[in-house]
Amino acid sequence: MRIAVCIKQVPNTTEIKIDPVTNTLKRDGVPSIMNPDDKAALESALVLKDKYNAEVVVVTMGPPQAELILREAMSMGADEAFLVTDRAFAGSDTWATSTILAAALKKVGYDIIIGGRQAIDGDTAQVGPQIAEHLDIPQVTYVVEIDIDEKNNVCRVKKEFEDRYQIVEVKGKALFTVLSGMNEPRYMLVGGIVDQEEKAITVITVNDIEVDRGNIGLLGSPTKVKSSFSKTVDSNKELIELSPQEAAKVIADKLAEKHII
Amino acid sequence: MSKDIFVYIEQRDRVIQNVSFELIGEARRLVAVSGGNVCGVLVGNNIASLAKEVVANGADKVFVVDNKELEYYTTECYAQAVTAVVRKHSPNAMLFGASTIGRDLAPRISARVHTGLTADCTDLKIDEEGNLFMTRPAFGGSLFATIACPDHRPQMSTVRPGVMKKVEYDTNRAGEIITEDVAIDATKFAVKIVEEVKETKAAVKIEDSKILVSMGRGLENNLAQVKNFATVIGGTVSCSRAVVDAGVWKSDRQVGQTGKTVRPDVYFAMGISGAVQHIAGMDGSDLIIAINKDKTAAIFNTAHLGIVGDATAIMPELEKEILARK
Amino acid sequence: MSKVYKYDLFNQMIEEFALREVKPIAEEVDEEERFPTETVAKMSKIGLMGTIVPKQYGGMGGDYQMYVKAVAELSKHCGTTGVILSAHMSLCVAPILDFGTEEQKMRYLPRMSTGEWIGAFGLTEPNAGTDASNQQTIAVEHDDHWVINGSKIFITNAGYAEVYVIVAVTAREGRKVEMTTFLMEASMPGFTIGKKEKKMGIRGSSTCELIFKDVIVPKENMLGKRGEGFKIAMKTLDGGRIGIAAQALGLAEGALNETVSYVKERKQFGRPIAQLQNTQFTLADMSVRVEASRLLVERAMNAKQNKDRALSVYAAEAKLFASETASYVTSKAVQLHGGYGYTREYPVERMMRDAKITEIYEGTSEVQKMVISGALLKK
Repeated sequence: MRIAVCIKQVPNTTEIKIDPVTNTLKRDGVPSIMNPDDKAALESALVLKDKYNAEVVVVTMGPPQAELILREAMSMGADEAFLVTDRAFAGSDTWATSTILAAALKKVGYDIIIGGRQAIDGDTAQVGPQIAEHLDIPQVTYVVEIDIDEKNNVCRVKKEFEDRYQIVEVKGKALFTVLSGMNEPRYMLVGGIVDQEEKAITVITVNDIEVDRGNIGLLGSPTKVKSSFSKTVDSNKELIELSPQEAAKVIADKLAEKHII
Repeated sequence: MSKDIFVYIEQRDRVIQNVSFELIGEARRLVAVSGGNVCGVLVGNNIASLAKEVVANGADKVFVVDNKELEYYTTECYAQAVTAVVRKHSPNAMLFGASTIGRDLAPRISARVHTGLTADCTDLKIDEEGNLFMTRPAFGGSLFATIACPDHRPQMSTVRPGVMKKVEYDTNRAGEIITEDVAIDATKFAVKIVEEVKETKAAVKIEDSKILVSMGRGLENNLAQVKNFATVIGGTVSCSRAVVDAGVWKSDRQVGQTGKTVRPDVYFAMGISGAVQHIAGMDGSDLIIAINKDKTAAIFNTAHLGIVGDATAIMPELEKEILARK
Repeated sequence: MSKVYKYDLFNQMIEEFALREVKPIAEEVDEEERFPTETVAKMSKIGLMGTIVPKQYGGMGGDYQMYVKAVAELSKHCGTTGVILSAHMSLCVAPILDFGTEEQKMRYLPRMSTGEWIGAFGLTEPNAGTDASNQQTIAVEHDDHWVINGSKIFITNAGYAEVYVIVAVTAREGRKVEMTTFLMEASMPGFTIGKKEKKMGIRGSSTCELIFKDVIVPKENMLGKRGEGFKIAMKTLDGGRIGIAAQALGLAEGALNETVSYVKERKQFGRPIAQLQNTQFTLADMSVRVEASRLLVERAMNAKQNKDRALSVYAAEAKLFASETASYVTSKAVQLHGGYGYTREYPVERMMRDAKITEIYEGTSEVQKMVISGALLKK
């Protein structure tokens, strides 16, 4: 069984700070990491590799420096890695991104696809289901357990909702999105780190895939970012010394303003 | 193409989820600017009787797809039902609750009908031509982006539960209920639900809580009071590392670098000094309210609202305020 | 020339590992004087115990740059964990790699690489500390084996290790002693573990006496040639000093990091103490010493990797400076933490206790000075 795992390089958002003077995002020096949900996806695939000797290939779309997370994935145990990169892909929204990745995945080849539920830089959770639609294969999102029955070509997964879970069986090709927390991703292995240095990464550009150029990049994206702004940070300012009664009123007003009460 | 705004009416076990009514309320405000009707899309098995609820909550029309193949939620069957209604009526926009179901279904449909989708919106605006401007947080809430979908219809978005306001419930409201006869091909994709189990979550997951009442060492002897306040405000109690070390709570309640990273809508830091390790675990919270006796406490650098005072004195007053305003 | 990724990846991995697996239990390991078996098992699982061992001997095919980074990073949070790896690798794996026969490498290195067998080294005796030539452990030759009698003290990893590189006297003529190195196994009859030391720092590491009573050691377990024992021990310690220098570097860095966070948070006179010039100047002094130590450690590490003849002096310089830096920096860290720094609420107190040993074991600072000045005066 060939498992394709979709991973993304993201800025470590927990280290992103707002510049208090310019009120903009300070991205300088913020380390890039493998998106946590994607790392859980990779771990779940590697567990299947350990159990059933499945083949695990990783795919990422991004700038050339995203090679680092592919190499991290190989150091954890992935067999092969594909970097989907091209200037023509820049500015793609989730629809265009999923169009590109679906075309790339056709080229990579897969029996099942596992991805993270969402990336911490965008939090959209859209690319997985959209890839599945473009590939015309079923999806199960919010998955917390995956097992495969290779003989019958069936995957059995546990899908979580807010108030319930489902055990779902899917026959044939399928795409799953998983949640970080479903497993504890393994560390890179020292031997894996040494070995990846000898391995090549396959680069996939716009010329390598079958895709309508009108459907990719900034122009091919249905959604357009009109503006962006950071939270108007009123921290460091509203420091109030009041009687308990007055303090309670101030807090309650703030909660009401945010529709909490 | 119509000017109508569709709202996906999410029902679970024939109970309509609150977020759907919130979205109807929001859609009402939008059509007041752009014109058009607010239409609910109600999908499921044996659910037709719920349609009048949708009307009472503000919809002008309700499209009902009632089909025995829709007893349980599966992506493909539900996507077929909603897509058929969307294709037939070509709405200007369609809103989904950003629940596990909404966020599973909406992207599938957006890919199928080739249109843009904006996830997890917290604010929607529209112009007279019907162009929707969807604002959403990114980078863990430290940045907001406003997104448009100029050339594709319907403009689609998922919207966070609890953000939008419902309109007043009115059973006398007039609305049209339209039954849509959609053929569902349940054989497409061999996806089988083996079992579905409803859960009452026993384990405390502070990272899932929308409201956290977090206590520091200073409130160790006021545990009952803290618990009571959390109940009143509908939140969960979390704590700093010192409190775990003192054995008051187990580590599943601990916020911070060695504990959990949380990002609730409201974070009350009660008597928490704000060690860097603690801040690292909660500074992504939407609203941080800190109460501390020490006006030099580091927590005030991170708080959106800082109160210098005794949390044990303020909590009972705040409880009164909250109960009074409910 | 394509970009090299392995060091970035290794650094990322070990930093995460140390933060998630080592830091949370460092205090407990110290408090309970407990050998962190579970951490060693996790280190073994990721291949850390065989970092520098070539693939043909079941190792990971990594190098000294990775190994040194690992010791420093583990020590940043827990000096105990750092020295467990250092003793295993520098004092046991390395001499087998450097002096072992093909058969010895095949027997020991695969199991040591997976962490199934941990390594240790025994030279010091009650009356042979810095004066290592005054050995009392005797090996007597028989037909196809040696019989070893005697004892060793202060042996790191004792009791948890399976493989021991042991120096013994094989002949004595007046004041002239012939020393030879042997590979001994914990399971050999007559090999027992004696008293466990109660220490000031690195309290989770196992430091015990080894007792040999008529231990039969097969001839093929001689490491290197007969009579090369002292030379092998000294060369092994050259490498070991890089490990200890890395441990000292890690301790100093850890204490510096803790202090930087603390002074930004701690307020006196209405403002963070980071705004006081005394704090700022002290931090600068600490930092400069840490960075200088790092450069010396890197130079020694490269010498070891490239089999440079200057290794002995470089290693002595790195250990001397890094260990004194560790004591200096951890002491200043406690000072800047004030009264809190003296309590066990904050890790700098433990780091200060851990740091002291780096000036003592694997050659005291005075021994390093002898090596350095000896080379100077020989010119």
